[in-house]
Amino acid sequence: MGVLSEFESKQLLASHGIVVSRDRLARSANEAVAAAAEIGGSVAVKLCGPSLAHKSERGLVRLGLDNADGVRSAAEDLLVAATEEDGEVALLVSEMVSGNRELIVGVVLTEQFGAALMLGVGGILAEAVGEAVFRLLPVTRPDCQDMIDDLGMDALLGPLRGEPAVDRNALVDVLLALADAASRDGIEAIDVNPLVIREGLPVAVDALVVMSSR
Amino acid sequence: MNTDSFDLLFNPKGIVVAGASTHPGKFGFVALHNVLAGGFEGPVFATNPDQPTILGVENLASVSEVPAGAADLVMVCTPPQACPDILQTAASRGIGAAFIASGGFREAGADGARAEEELVELARSLGMVVAGPNGQGLISTPAKLAAQIVAPVPPPGPIAVASQSGNLVSAFMNYATHSGVGISRAVSAGNAAMVGVVDYLGWFADDSHTKAMVAYVEGVEDGRRFATHIRMAAEKKPVVLVKGGTTPRGALAAASHTGALATDDRVFDGMVRQSGAVRASTIEEAYDAVAAFATQPLPAGPRTLVLSSAGGWGVIAADAVTKSSLELIALPADLEAAIDELVPPRWSRNNPIDLAGGESRDTIPEAINLVVDHPEVDAVVYLGMGIQANTASHLRAGPYFEPAELARICEYHERQDSRFAQAAAEASARTNKPILAATELAITQPGNSGPATMAADRRYCFPSADRAVRALHHLWCYARWRRRHLSAGT
Repeated sequence: MGVLSEFESKQLLASHGIVVSRDRLARSANEAVAAAAEIGGSVAVKLCGPSLAHKSERGLVRLGLDNADGVRSAAEDLLVAATEEDGEVALLVSEMVSGNRELIVGVVLTEQFGAALMLGVGGILAEAVGEAVFRLLPVTRPDCQDMIDDLGMDALLGPLRGEPAVDRNALVDVLLALADAASRDGIEAIDVNPLVIREGLPVAVDALVVMSSR
Repeated sequence: MNTDSFDLLFNPKGIVVAGASTHPGKFGFVALHNVLAGGFEGPVFATNPDQPTILGVENLASVSEVPAGAADLVMVCTPPQACPDILQTAASRGIGAAFIASGGFREAGADGARAEEELVELARSLGMVVAGPNGQGLISTPAKLAAQIVAPVPPPGPIAVASQSGNLVSAFMNYATHSGVGISRAVSAGNAAMVGVVDYLGWFADDSHTKAMVAYVEGVEDGRRFATHIRMAAEKKPVVLVKGGTTPRGALAAASHTGALATDDRVFDGMVRQSGAVRASTIEEAYDAVAAFATQPLPAGPRTLVLSSAGGWGVIAADAVTKSSLELIALPADLEAAIDELVPPRWSRNNPIDLAGGESRDTIPEAINLVVDHPEVDAVVYLGMGIQANTASHLRAGPYFEPAELARICEYHERQDSRFAQAAAEASARTNKPILAATELAITQPGNSGPATMAADRRYCFPSADRAVRALHHLWCYARWRRRHLSAGT
């Protein structure tokens, strides 16, 4: 089973038409500072590598860094925090995607029914909240529309705290793109969490793609 | 699976009970009793080498004595070791189907599992269809066939049942008997060695006596095949599923958040919705849903109106509507004006419409017709039927019935509730919109002329407003699925 790094995972999703956060890879604190300046505004710095699936749990994500000193210090801390088991790692500098709503989408191989597509309420509490709906692959556009209805989150998906309603068509497009990616590229599992809603449109902020070993 | 062979199970020209018993406590006796008492009109044979007759049927020493071509179905009630011989002999007499009630197969351990596999191989080589083993039997009301080792024998009706648990077949049939809606076909799949629940659903979907089907499942062996067959059945007729048991099996790649969220139950739920079936969480809810599908037209949309002469029940129903996929519409102004003409001004003036006791003789039928005719109403929940007949029942039982000469008013009350039931049925048939009536009197006082009239007409009276709304939600989910996923619509 081959796990792609966050950077590679998001590049793959982007190639299927999913909007992802603007990312730059950096090898050093200096490169991270330069990348942050290029991206502009507030950034996140994360340790990035194929063996780093649960970054938040290990404190390997630093958010909302809006000056060079902050970026440098975060980058240095993260490089020190990397262990031998993490293998080859880099620093991923990403734009901060602002939005109050976080969804989760993914593809998973189930024992009973084979590959299935998921849409749920995302963020760090995704599993604790446990609001998620599934469809078996392949899916149709109406299947994806049903998923949004079934999630039963009209209040969450409507206009919220000054943000416009979630563009349901754009969300359906993301689901279809995931299904498309999973069917074409020998992908075994995809995890996009969070899928942040920015100005009504979904943006993949963190992702994990597992390639099938065959 | 060749569906012609299911005709032999559900429409046999003759039946053999193999292993008939004289002991009324044994299922070899009950099976024969039920076939005879059920009024099956074809020839009935029984085998028992030791007794000359049981229940007036002359026993044959063996299935080999059945006249060639006289029977299509053998119901096997013998010990498991006898089953292979019986199948072979039955095939030689032209019998193409068997229901094996005998236990002692897969459910009994490794030896039993092997015997079951051998039995299936034998059946395949003989070209026979075998239901069970370890099942309670089957019901086919169009054929007046009650080939089962348990009760009840339900009245004929539009509901078909397939279940991995025989006792839940009985449960659905008990509900169908009590409510008067009735059963077309019902089968206990038992160990489902050769024929599984989805195979029966496939046949029910093409059965002209069946309008809607309900199935209880526990394990699903081949998930993809299951999903495909559910979808094929649901494209033709409504399918209600209840699933029992949760297995610990989860996603293979549970390292991801998606994998952790992919519990068996969530994935099963998504599969059901994608396939066009509706899923109920309890047996009661499943019966409510299948009875609604079998007796009501599908709504064209979610716009629901609650019509009540029963106070709080209307509020409860409105609450239930708002928590469902249905839409509790604002009361249209022209409807408000029309109802103002019918009743004194103290009525609720919103949805739920509560007539607040202001009704005279024809108010309810007129109100039912007004609301169901309104173009912005897709479905109606009607509450309050039976209140007058309940009063009549109390007056009849009391000490003043004769001295105060209350017979006339009692008859009036009872006639009124009967009229209300009929008015709802006629308005629904005329407009092709669902009108779901609900009252607890359907359970607490089934002889009440409101629910009793509905039962006699084989229309389902829901036992509560909440249960009616939940069933209507299922109707709308299925109607919406048809609209979204089937090009033909309707």
